[in-house]
Amino acid sequence: MEFMDELRKRLVIVPAFNEEKSIGQVVDDILGSGLELDVVVIDDGSQDRSGEIARAHGARVIKLPFNLGIGGAVQTGLKFALRHGYDVAIQIDGDGQHVPSEIPHLLAPLKGREADVVIGSRYLGARHYRTPFMRRLGMIVISAVNSILIGQRITDNTSGFRAFNRRAIEFLSNHYPVDYPEPEAVVILGRNGFRLKESAVKMRQRLAGESSINSLGAVYYMVKVLLAVVVDVFKTYPKVG
Amino acid sequence: MSFRIQIFAVCGSLLISAFIFELIRKRKMLEKYSLLWFCAAVVLIVLSVWRDLLEKTAALLGVFYAPSALFIIAAFFAMMMFLHLSVVVSRLTEQNKNLAQEVGILQEELRHLRQNSGTRE
Repeated sequence: MEFMDELRKRLVIVPAFNEEKSIGQVVDDILGSGLELDVVVIDDGSQDRSGEIARAHGARVIKLPFNLGIGGAVQTGLKFALRHGYDVAIQIDGDGQHVPSEIPHLLAPLKGREADVVIGSRYLGARHYRTPFMRRLGMIVISAVNSILIGQRITDNTSGFRAFNRRAIEFLSNHYPVDYPEPEAVVILGRNGFRLKESAVKMRQRLAGESSINSLGAVYYMVKVLLAVVVDVFKTYPKVG
Repeated sequence: MSFRIQIFAVCGSLLISAFIFELIRKRKMLEKYSLLWFCAAVVLIVLSVWRDLLEKTAALLGVFYAPSALFIIAAFFAMMMFLHLSVVVSRLTEQNKNLAQEVGILQEELRHLRQNSGTRE
C-alpha cells in the first residue's frame, strides 16, 4: 500500500542543555530502536560536553551559539526538519525520561491521519506515573483551562514527548511559543485548526538533571502558564493551508 | 506661571533637543528611534515658550497650576518611549533568536557537507 510508505522520513529532535550524563544513552536508544529515525540533538548552549557526546554517539548536532531555552531549541529542530523535507518530527527530552521505544504510539495517529500533532501523555490510560501533589494539582488546573480554550481535553500539557506532521512542522517553524512552550503550543495549535491527539506512553524517572518545574514553584508556574495561554488566545497568526 | 519656571522649562527642552541632535549626528542613535524624542522635545519647547497655550492646555486637562501640565505631558511622552523601547527590544530578541537558530543549522549543514566531501576542517 502507498499508505505504508508515507511518513518515512522521520526526524527525532532532542533538545539538550547540559545533559552529558544522559544524552549518549538517549541517542543510542533512539538509533537502536529499529524505527528508521534520524536524530538531531539541539545543544542549547551547554557548558558541558553534551554536543560532543551526542555526535560521538551518531547524532547530528546543532550547536546554538547561546542558550535560547527549550522553546527556541525545539523550534531550531523543527526548522531543520522543514528544510530537509522530513515528513514527521518527534520531540523527545534529552534527560532520558522519555522512552524511544514508545515512539510508535506517537506515530500511529499521524499515519492514520487522525491528527496533526500527537502528545505522549503520562496521565492517560492505566499507566502510572508518580508526580508530586502540588505539581499534579497545577497540571490539572492547566489541563482544565486549556481544555476550555481549545474545546478538547489534553491530560498532559507539559509533556515534551510529541510528534508533528508536515503541516504542524511548517506552522511551528514560524510560530513556536518561547515562554512556556509546551502548554502554550497546545493552545496555539488547537486554536489554529490543528488536530491534536494524545497517546498513552510510559515515561521513566529522569536519568539525570532536574525538572524545569520544581515543586515549590508549581503554583507560581501554573499562574504564569495560565496568563500566557489566555494571552495566546488573542494572538493572531496567518492562516495555514 | 512664574518667569523662572518658564526659563527652566525652555532651557531644559532645548538641552534635551540638542543632546538628541548630537546623538544622531554622532550616529549613536538611529533616526527612526529618535522621532518620538524629537516630538517630545518640540512639544515641550512650544508649551514652555507659548505660555497662553500651556494655560489653555492645563485648563482643558483640568489642571489648576499650569506648569504641572508640563509634567503630565512629559510623563506621557516618557511612557510612550518605554512602550516603544519594549517593542524594539521584543523585535530584536526575536531577530536575535532567529539568527542564532540559523547559525546553528548552517554550521551543522556545513560540517555535514564537508564530512561527506572528505574535506578537512
